[in-house]
Amino acid sequence: MDITKDQYSEEHQSAGKPVKPKNISVIQKAVEARHRRRKLVEQVLFTTFRGAAVINGLALFIIIFFMLKNGLSAITWEFLSDVPRESMTKGGILPCIVGTALLGLGAIVIALPIGVASAIYLNEYAKPGLILRTIRLGINNLAGVPSVVFGLFGLAFFVTYLKMGVSLVSGCLTLAALSLPVIIGSTEEALKAVPDTYREASLGLGATKWQTIYRVVLPASLPGILTGAILGLSRAAGETAPIMFTAAVFFTPDLPGSIFDEIMALPYHIYVLATAGTNIEATRHLQYGTALVLIALVLGMNMAAIVWRSRIRKKLK
Amino acid sequence: MSPKPKMTSSNLDFYYGDFQALQDVNLEFHERQVTALIGPSGCGKSTYIRCLNRMNDLIPISRVEGRILLDDEDIYEPSLDVVMLRRRVGMVFQKPNPFPKSIFENTAYGLRVNGVKDKGFIQNRVEESLKRAALWDEVKDRLDDTALGLSGGQQQRLCIARALAVEPEVLLMDEPASALDPIATQKIEELIHELKELYTIIIVTHSMQQAARVSDMTAFFYMGKLIEFGDTDTMFTRPKLKQTEDYITGRFG
Ligand SMILES: Nc1ncnc2c1ncn2[C@@H]1O[C@H](COP(=O)(O)OP(=O)(O)OP(=O)(O)O)[C@@H](O)[C@H]1O
Ligand SMILES: [Mg+2]
Repeated sequence: MDITKDQYSEEHQSAGKPVKPKNISVIQKAVEARHRRRKLVEQVLFTTFRGAAVINGLALFIIIFFMLKNGLSAITWEFLSDVPRESMTKGGILPCIVGTALLGLGAIVIALPIGVASAIYLNEYAKPGLILRTIRLGINNLAGVPSVVFGLFGLAFFVTYLKMGVSLVSGCLTLAALSLPVIIGSTEEALKAVPDTYREASLGLGATKWQTIYRVVLPASLPGILTGAILGLSRAAGETAPIMFTAAVFFTPDLPGSIFDEIMALPYHIYVLATAGTNIEATRHLQYGTALVLIALVLGMNMAAIVWRSRIRKKLK
Repeated sequence: MSPKPKMTSSNLDFYYGDFQALQDVNLEFHERQVTALIGPSGCGKSTYIRCLNRMNDLIPISRVEGRILLDDEDIYEPSLDVVMLRRRVGMVFQKPNPFPKSIFENTAYGLRVNGVKDKGFIQNRVEESLKRAALWDEVKDRLDDTALGLSGGQQQRLCIARALAVEPEVLLMDEPASALDPIATQKIEELIHELKELYTIIIVTHSMQQAARVSDMTAFFYMGKLIEFGDTDTMFTRPKLKQTEDYITGRFG
């Protein structure tokens, strides 16, 4: 800055001579110097961010590699299609797979409509004010409650108070309660991302509020809502604590015949094998195998949902 | 003695929170007339026409005082059905805002939400509306493509077609031609001439030439106040106020 000024005054003093734009070269130099610094900053930041991303990707890669290395040997057709035998040291984990799939499915079937309806109410209908803020605060705090607390709540409310017993339905309801805040939060974000101009256009043509939501807002926010559902589902399917008091049991050779049956589930099975089995060391590979199946199940569900979502996005474009 | 006005606003005040955006606006709009609203950016033109179909209801902090009548009915009366009002008072927005749906569905939207089921009727009305909005030739072969793939000007004409499809009684147009090229603009202006026979049209425009070409009446707004209102020819040749003259001639350059 100062240099530029000096150059300026010098030039003014030596007026008369054909003016060579000295100051321009000074500015240029300043710009270049700054440019070099900017470029450096850019590079450092970029490298740091890339490092962070790589570490993240690496973490997932290492986890999966570790699981594969230790668990792949356990994966056989029998492992996937049979019931556990000989105190769970032999046989398969079919009841756990079925149990976890049903839990996830049930939880999402319960939580998605309730969550989306709540989010629509909060975002589209409710008038801003103390009540709305209080409800939001409640939901946000609910999202931070440890899952074991949900487990105890489920035990007290669904299992005991509503007399549903330790059962698939108690587990689904507990997991639904657990994933509700996530679904509400992400659905609200998705609804907020729909530009108000869509709402105005629709209302301006004589549509009712509900028609506007149903025909314009929801379709436009569906991809975002699905993302929320995916997150909610993944979280629910992988949890141990909420189901250990409400749905899952140590061992049951039968697949659930009704929603009031007890079930086995993958995360709980891993926990049982790793802490309470008759021979913990001997079942290590089974533990990893089960974990592998759990990861595959969760990732599989995520993938399916992502593909579905991008289909919808394409259709909207 | 002129016939009864289609719409009237009397002593209209409008607030965004503490900010008063409109102050004591008194205007009348007659059937088979085009009224142009002119004035510098930020003077409240959009705010004003958004009061006429209660679009500002969507802004939680906003507040309206005064009265707006549509055929003698106070549109801010609590008993009034605002959904019906908006069907009768259609709107084309300042920024084109087609839905992320097909061109056909965009045009048919207003019919569908108003309960029209007859497929043939919808088909005809869509075609007719697109033709009137001077868009038909460009889109007739790709009615099922998404409207978001259209250019800005095409999108705006689609929004006009969409508004026409439900046959409103009053048509509010907020700078409908700001994103259009001269040819499309001319088509829109011709359309306005044609529609004038049937509807009451209120148009916001920044182009003095356009106001002079299309409108019968002109209202000049400045800083939330209605400064001058009169028939367009008089306004543009012998404005009563210096302020009006400055604005009009300034823009004529
Ligand atoms: N949603 C809002 N909240 C608060 N203030 C607003 C809002 N919309 C508009 N305003 C203010 O109200 C005044 C009038 O705005 P308005 O959009 O009606 O102007 P306009 O005449 O349409 O301008 P332009 O010609 O640029 O479109 C402006 O000062 C603007 O900042
Ligand atoms: Mg405006």
